[in-house]
Amino acid sequence: MQLRRRISDYITGIWMITSLVTILLLPLIIGAGLYFKAGPLLSEHSFYELLFSGQWAPSSGKFGFGHFIIGSLYVTLVSFMFTAPFCLFAAVYLTEFSSAALIRVMHPVIDVLAGLPSVIYGVWGILVVVPFVSDLASALFSMNSTGYSVLSGGIVLAVMCIPYTLNMLIEVFNTVPSGLKEAALSMGATRWEAVKHVVIRGNYPGIISAYGLGIAKAFGETIAVMMVVGNVVKGTINPFDPAYPLPALIANNYGEMLSIPHYDAALMFAAFLLLAIILIFNLFFRYLIHKTRRQ
Amino acid sequence: MAYSLIAVLAFIIIVIFVKGIGALNWDMLLKTPKGGYYYGGEGGVLNAIAGSVYIAFGATIIAVVIGMPAALYINVQLVRYRRTQNTIRYFLDALWGIPSIVYGAFGFALMLFFGMNASLIAGIITVALLVSPIMVRTFDEVLSTIPRGLHEASLALGSTRTETAFRVMFKQAFPGFITAVLLSFGRGIGDAASVLFTAGYTDNVPVNLDEPAATLPLAIFFQLGSPIPEVRQRAFASAVILTIMILAISLGARYLSKRFSRNNLK
Repeated sequence: MQLRRRISDYITGIWMITSLVTILLLPLIIGAGLYFKAGPLLSEHSFYELLFSGQWAPSSGKFGFGHFIIGSLYVTLVSFMFTAPFCLFAAVYLTEFSSAALIRVMHPVIDVLAGLPSVIYGVWGILVVVPFVSDLASALFSMNSTGYSVLSGGIVLAVMCIPYTLNMLIEVFNTVPSGLKEAALSMGATRWEAVKHVVIRGNYPGIISAYGLGIAKAFGETIAVMMVVGNVVKGTINPFDPAYPLPALIANNYGEMLSIPHYDAALMFAAFLLLAIILIFNLFFRYLIHKTRRQ
Repeated sequence: MAYSLIAVLAFIIIVIFVKGIGALNWDMLLKTPKGGYYYGGEGGVLNAIAGSVYIAFGATIIAVVIGMPAALYINVQLVRYRRTQNTIRYFLDALWGIPSIVYGAFGFALMLFFGMNASLIAGIITVALLVSPIMVRTFDEVLSTIPRGLHEASLALGSTRTETAFRVMFKQAFPGFITAVLLSFGRGIGDAASVLFTAGYTDNVPVNLDEPAATLPLAIFFQLGSPIPEVRQRAFASAVILTIMILAISLGARYLSKRFSRNNLK
């Protein structure tokens, strides 16, 4: 009896640690696998050339990811401009001013928004955002736009990332000791001054990391963006023009990637790039958050 | 600002419902695509619904087998090592952020490596990789709130660490476990980018693990790309089906976790 318990303890112990180690090694395995697959491409082109060249002609062996990276950055930036102020004020309101009843309602709302699949956001984008952007372009700037554009991509992405960023900001603001706020209030500060100086100033690292993680999430989002952003390779600065972000490139071309030499290596390299950028972002900003939480 | 978020949620769901509800009927739910379906012919999206549920179900089971013991290990064996615990949580959080298209590409590379074709099993494995970190982190979040005293009492009564983990900690965190499972299941059903390469697409309901499988998000995506209005209508109807499934899972998770937490030791 005693022996059986010991043996089962031993076996489950091994099972538990193996699964934990497997999960922790996952990013490493994924990174190594993708890098290995991208090998043929890297042996022919330099890293620098792949990243910054704007020439994309797979059939003649030219793989420059420049436009795709810029497209991704651009869409992410547009979405960030919508998310950042909205999330900051919403989080301040929810943690400092709102009633308990509203918070009780908001939690499921945020959860559901975060849980909706990206395809649903994409469908919503096509139905609402794309026509809206198209009208906006013709009404305000008298430009012709199909609506499938950087701006639409940014708006859809913003709506997708708001619950994610908001959740983290709320978590950050909840760690502010209420004694600090009360001290500020008792010194004669108005409520807004207390918020501004204690809650916002005191939490710069937390706010920045919440934004950083939101950006990382926006950067890797695929389907919803792909459905509304137009997917045309064209270095553009006009937000009403289409763009072609990196994840959309991977998702759109998987069908033909085995027919052109090195095409599969190029797409695997794109995935590797995406993984590397997002992992670095995540590790850095998570580190900031973990550090602030310990204090 | 906060109210407008509620408005946005309501707006998204209402738009989807208004657009899709007209084309929604029992045929959509109960029939696979017949010949000419993609030109507006007879049929439904049963193939995609079944494929999505199979993939999410399989992936969740794998994620439970890997994720549940991993989360228990963090909270039982490592309970004395605060620093290690924090480092592990830090890495898990970072893992959560990896986009699903990267998992999809990796799954595809893995598939080529083993010489498999796009199939149900490839999709299940890819989605399992995607949801395991979510499973671990959600379950771990609940486990970490269990008071140390309960853990110590169990050890003091002479139980081994495994017995403590599975008979005491697991039972106490059962509501959290249900939430974690349903959350993973919802992610598995809704995720498109990871199954795009790996699960393939077919008009039949898959029977074996090595057959390709259609998924609901991809069905929406492909039908939406069609120039024919009826097919686009069906894409909206499929979106309604997917939204209802996700809402049901998300609300169900809340309800079940409340219900089961009544049985806990206080």
